Amino acid sequence: MARVTFRADRCKGCGLCTTVCPKKIVIMDTETINEKGFHPATVIEMEKCIGCAMCATICPDCVIKVER
Amino acid sequence: METVFDRPHALSDVVTNFCPGCTHGIITRLVAEVLDELGMEGKAVGVAPVGCSVMAYNFYECDMQEAAHGRAPAVATGIKRVHPENLVFTYQGDGDLAAIGTAETVHAAARSENITIIFVNNAIYGMTGGQMAPTSLVGQVTQTTPYGRKVEDQGYPIRMSEMLSTLEGSAYIERVAVDSVPNIRKAKAAIKKAFQCQLDKKGFSLVEVLSTCPTNWGKSPEEALDWLRENMMPQYPLGVYCDKLSKEGE
Repeated sequence: MARVTFRADRCKGCGLCTTVCPKKIVIMDTETINEKGFHPATVIEMEKCIGCAMCATICPDCVIKVER
Repeated sequence: METVFDRPHALSDVVTNFCPGCTHGIITRLVAEVLDELGMEGKAVGVAPVGCSVMAYNFYECDMQEAAHGRAPAVATGIKRVHPENLVFTYQGDGDLAAIGTAETVHAAARSENITIIFVNNAIYGMTGGQMAPTSLVGQVTQTTPYGRKVEDQGYPIRMSEMLSTLEGSAYIERVAVDSVPNIRKAKAAIKKAFQCQLDKKGFSLVEVLSTCPTNWGKSPEEALDWLRENMMPQYPLGVYCDKLSKEGE
């Protein structure tokens, strides 16, 4: 069981995290706009997360915290 | 639950000034992660450059000093000579290190100053709006080379790592990239080795990191990573160019 948490207010919406997720569960939340005006990244189907931290490794803005 | 990834302690909890998808943010974080792992946060002194990373003095919890454009290696030399017990590093872009600051960089290496330079190469001037840099590729379209960089007018790109590795004063020089997760991990290992080189008093160390500039390259963050792989890596091959640590350890 792994868990990722996103600091949505810090996300600049670059989408790099969505390109590296091996389970393809990180997406850009186009329903939401954060205080900077970006669509922040979020995770769907958290139960599929394996806690590999690849999303957090490539995130340029330290938005993502990974627990396992 | 165990935390497997979180913001490093040495990285201040501030929002960086970097554009969305700019890999400067990754490199800034890697340096902070290495400071954490070496337990050097309280003993490190960083020197910030002029360029996109000019605000680097706000990003780290260690002591920081701003330098005049290109003069970071000279400022770091002074700090290191007065405080040899401290870990002194500079964080510089290609416009700072390879253009206005070439002399300071070359002579710091020639003197084998015991400092570490993190050199971010994105083949363009980012902060000033995308003008040609000495590291811009032949044919690369920039604000000042709208028809592409021409050899007959602007000459050839400078390979700093190769150039500096010819100097006897250089102790550790490696070129890495942050285009993928495996390469990001390798980049972190290189930064750690460069810092260790300084802690072991081996002399001048430099890590050149190939980075992206999605805004001024006119590409999405993902396309910029592809562009880096396809165009920058053939011109700037990754690898270790100088390593006195391993040589002596053999």
